[in-house]
Amino acid sequence: MQTVLPYIISGISVGGQYALIAIGYTMVYGILRLINFAHGDVFMVAGLIMVYLAASLPLYVAIPLVILLTVLLGFTIERVAYKPLRTAPRMSVMISAIGVSYLLQNLALYITGGLNKNYPQIPWISDRISILGMETTRVTVITPFLTILLVVLLVLLINHTKIGMAMRAVSLDFEVSQLMGVQINTVISVTFVIGTFLAAVGSILFFTNYPGVVPTSGAMPGLKAFVAAVFGGIGSIPGAVIGAFIIGIAESIIKGLDTILIVNGAITEQIGLATFSDAFTFVLLIIILVFKPTGLFGEKTADKV
Amino acid sequence: MKKLVSIALALILVFALCSIGYADNPVVKIGVFEPQSGDNGAGGKQEVLGMQYANYLTPTVEIDGVEYDVELVYADNASSNDKAPTAAQTLISSGVSVVLGSYGSGVSIAASDTFDAAGVPAIGVTCTNPQVTAGCDVYFRICFLDPFQGTVLANFAKSELGATKAYCLAKQGDDYSGGLCNYFIEAFGADNCVYEQFPDGTSDYSTYITNAQNQGCDVFFSPVSTEAAAQIIAKANTQALGMPILAGDTWDSNVILAAAKGTDLQICVTTFYQEGADAEFDAGIKEWINSDATALANNGGNDELAAVTVMGFDAYYMALEALKAAGSTDPADVLEVLPGVTYEGVTGAIAFDEIGDALRDSAFVKSCNTETGVWDFVSVATVG
Repeated sequence: MQTVLPYIISGISVGGQYALIAIGYTMVYGILRLINFAHGDVFMVAGLIMVYLAASLPLYVAIPLVILLTVLLGFTIERVAYKPLRTAPRMSVMISAIGVSYLLQNLALYITGGLNKNYPQIPWISDRISILGMETTRVTVITPFLTILLVVLLVLLINHTKIGMAMRAVSLDFEVSQLMGVQINTVISVTFVIGTFLAAVGSILFFTNYPGVVPTSGAMPGLKAFVAAVFGGIGSIPGAVIGAFIIGIAESIIKGLDTILIVNGAITEQIGLATFSDAFTFVLLIIILVFKPTGLFGEKTADKV
Repeated sequence: MKKLVSIALALILVFALCSIGYADNPVVKIGVFEPQSGDNGAGGKQEVLGMQYANYLTPTVEIDGVEYDVELVYADNASSNDKAPTAAQTLISSGVSVVLGSYGSGVSIAASDTFDAAGVPAIGVTCTNPQVTAGCDVYFRICFLDPFQGTVLANFAKSELGATKAYCLAKQGDDYSGGLCNYFIEAFGADNCVYEQFPDGTSDYSTYITNAQNQGCDVFFSPVSTEAAAQIIAKANTQALGMPILAGDTWDSNVILAAAKGTDLQICVTTFYQEGADAEFDAGIKEWINSDATALANNGGNDELAAVTVMGFDAYYMALEALKAAGSTDPADVLEVLPGVTYEGVTGAIAFDEIGDALRDSAFVKSCNTETGVWDFVSVATVG
């Protein structure tokens, strides 16, 4: 157990970060039926904003400002790149999302010059602590709890407020809810605001743990979070969170599987399983899409004729 | 009126072109084939700095009695093996006489066929994988090779650090780190090594640190890109790695120094040049870096010298020597004389063997002083 524990703790932490990004994917999909490919890059931009702001401002100003600016970015992207395409075929919006993704990556490349930017150390949460005989950072332990707290708040918001009801209505039927007087643009904007808010929080936790921001930093976490959202059933918030934790833990254990087996005496030689950690995630995506396309908690939909 | 304006504009354009055409000296172009972005962007930029400084000191060269202006032509290979041939083609199309680079062996190997087909000679600056020059007639290099470097590091781990079991970490599909790990394992003994690879896009290195600790290793060998290195150092620190970290020439960079400062880690690297070996040169280049804001940013914000910068400096003069010896700007003529060109550089005497590799038999071992954030000289290592 002592051997496996560090992998599980690091996996839960990674899973929590994936979860915060995955919620953004799943909420936007639930409402717009759009896979927002720019979401991972918004996450990266949040990291870069922090790097530049923390260079000149104290952290207690920089952190709220990062969240605010990221939310503003998410809101602007929706208004500029997706809203004019509201009546266009879904494919056009998706292509627009891919365009935004490349735009953000290349803007970041232009601004940073392609160099790795060191993420600022946030005191207290990036301190080293010892837990159950293993050394890690405090943020590793905080992440899963913060994630779950935010998710509970989000679920309460969706189930018990007026805007939450409007969101559920829009996700159920876009046009009918419009006819019933739901302000569709407001609802969609709120969705993007919440999604990017969580991505900004996720980015602070992620980059505190893995302190280096490059223009492609958002690509891999974004892709993994997307897989998590599909795995959990895209459109379902608890599904996305559980999917993210499963993927985070599984990846971490696979990376250490050789070592775990050797220490426990199951094998005597390296067999190179660590190489397959990413492959596992994407094979999982294929298996889910083939055998249970709606995911773990996904709604069953019958095609309307 | 409109016509008049457009005629005036056209005339201005023509005059502008004429003024370019009547520059006082003819121009010879040297291609700079280096990563400016991606994993190795930081290292590539530092290597280019050396060339730019050399170009600043010696902006002209006399070829066959005619004074030429030297123009550096840049192409970003983006640290990516599939973008490297395109970048190489860009340089060839712009008519360069000789190419310098690249930082990172993978991109050099990927582009070698393109240079070969065009017959344009290339001088590798710090690409240490043997395959860069093997089987390619146009590729030369001025640095030592990985079989040598791997052996030096393995010997150092055994005799100086007293290590008995090594953890080796490379990036999957990366010719530099994978190759260097293999040569290290060969010299250290495969039975005493744990070898693992991480995929592209990895950000969580904590599990690899845990693997090394759980398997009871006593040295951590990871000659990966500086970007991954910064993350590995951060994780090694927070997880109390408890063993020395060893790496090759890429880690001789102020990125590593910045990441390691204030930690309690022991980090040793092998490299091409030790700061202080040529005080006059060091002072000159530092003054230049500090006077140029872009150069300072490209060097990571301080004037700590990276060995790759000094190698880039020597490579530029090697190219000038080759142009002088060829007496022509035609790539074919440069290629013909290049094997015989020698130069006494800041990093030592440079001459090529029959494959096109530099005849070098010593490497500097340095360790990171985590209190002051500078490199401390340890020893000069040779292989018997």
